[in-house]
Amino acid sequence: MSKPIRVLIAKPGLDGHDRGAKLIARALRDAGMEVIYTGLRQTPEQIVAAAVQEDVDVIGMSILSGAHNHLFPKVVELLKEQGVDDVLIVGGGVIPDDDIPSLKAAGVDAIFTPGTTTTTTIDFIKNNVKRK
Amino acid sequence: MEMINKMLSGDKRACARLITAVENDPDEAEKIIKEIHQYTGNAHVIGITGPPGAGKSTLTDKLVKSLLNDNKKVGIIAVDPTSPYTGGSILGDRIRMQDLALDPNVFIRSMGTRGYLGGLSKSTKNAVKILDAAGYDYIIIETVGVGQSEVDIVKTADTILMIMVPGLGDDIQSIKAGIMEIGDIFVINKSDLFGADRTATEISMMLDLNQNMDRRPSIVKVTAVKNEGIDKLIEEIKNHMDYLKESGVFFERRRKNLKIEVVELIESELRKIVISHTDSENKLDNQVMNIINKEKNIYDVRDEYLSAIKK
Repeated sequence: MSKPIRVLIAKPGLDGHDRGAKLIARALRDAGMEVIYTGLRQTPEQIVAAAVQEDVDVIGMSILSGAHNHLFPKVVELLKEQGVDDVLIVGGGVIPDDDIPSLKAAGVDAIFTPGTTTTTTIDFIKNNVKRK
Repeated sequence: MEMINKMLSGDKRACARLITAVENDPDEAEKIIKEIHQYTGNAHVIGITGPPGAGKSTLTDKLVKSLLNDNKKVGIIAVDPTSPYTGGSILGDRIRMQDLALDPNVFIRSMGTRGYLGGLSKSTKNAVKILDAAGYDYIIIETVGVGQSEVDIVKTADTILMIMVPGLGDDIQSIKAGIMEIGDIFVINKSDLFGADRTATEISMMLDLNQNMDRRPSIVKVTAVKNEGIDKLIEEIKNHMDYLKESGVFFERRRKNLKIEVVELIESELRKIVISHTDSENKLDNQVMNIINKEKNIYDVRDEYLSAIKK
């Protein structure tokens, strides 16, 4: 309890479907993590500013608008500009399989598509957090 | 420490890292606080408290925007509850403050209570000190949504805003002990709702009954989502600070709070000693059996432990 994993959950882009983000926030909470929930329609700049101030271990982004190929890499790039290289970055939403390799190459650590169990996500985070 | 120098020069990431360190590691906390002590004591610390859903985060957002217009730097610490079952938490106060995330003169940090019950977390005070040293003129602490008795904020803030909303109960609620006693300014949010005037009257009548009061807390009606009444509230916050400084209460409160803080630190070290004694060799289990079997009573057992600790 002394050192919980801190996760920022954000919804970049313009779609308003936050049920998935809220569900995952709740699941991570129940897994003992501190979840900073930032709400809808976040710009990559806002997400990175929040991640820096909250000093999170993980950034989780949910997107259903189709703009993932632009927004996810943008977040990674802005983090690098700030010198942040030890944060685990995961994304979720309706993301075509074909897009996943390029997102990973851009620096997103994992992509979780519909049907993923919350346990899979929780385990991935617990096993891959970069900061101890 | 290099991190401290960076923080002092305004680096937000260093500031965030230091807050994490004081939250997670008591030994680190001690080192950091010792080093920054000389830079603290300058910020005006404002506590915002009230029941869940009263509008604390929304009001914080509007207050901060107004303070920024005065060219001030504002730090915000927003506390939300940690689950007593899993240790997890949802820290959701930033949702109402999205526009502030990118402002260079704002720093927002969310904290879980991590088992602490007074409306704040154990590390909130130290996080305030870090923001204070980092040069934030105002530090706003938003407590968890409170019920009736979470009053730790009085030990940490200079000015306390008690956020009320219409329709939460009759006038008996307003004369109960606890949180109704700690407000320096009573803010009635959602004043566009039916019953706001009545809530204001009830609080006013409650204040009429207070005795030995140097300063009567003011009552301000606002509607935070519509940004109504915020200027008046800022004026009252500044009036309260003027009062604190002119009356000497400012110094008096901080002196009292430091005394409490030192005593708490001593208690927490003593508790470690107590735990180390009572943990050893199942001795406590045996003693408890003696109590159940009526061979000893709780006070005798206490005295046995105390004499062992004193040796």
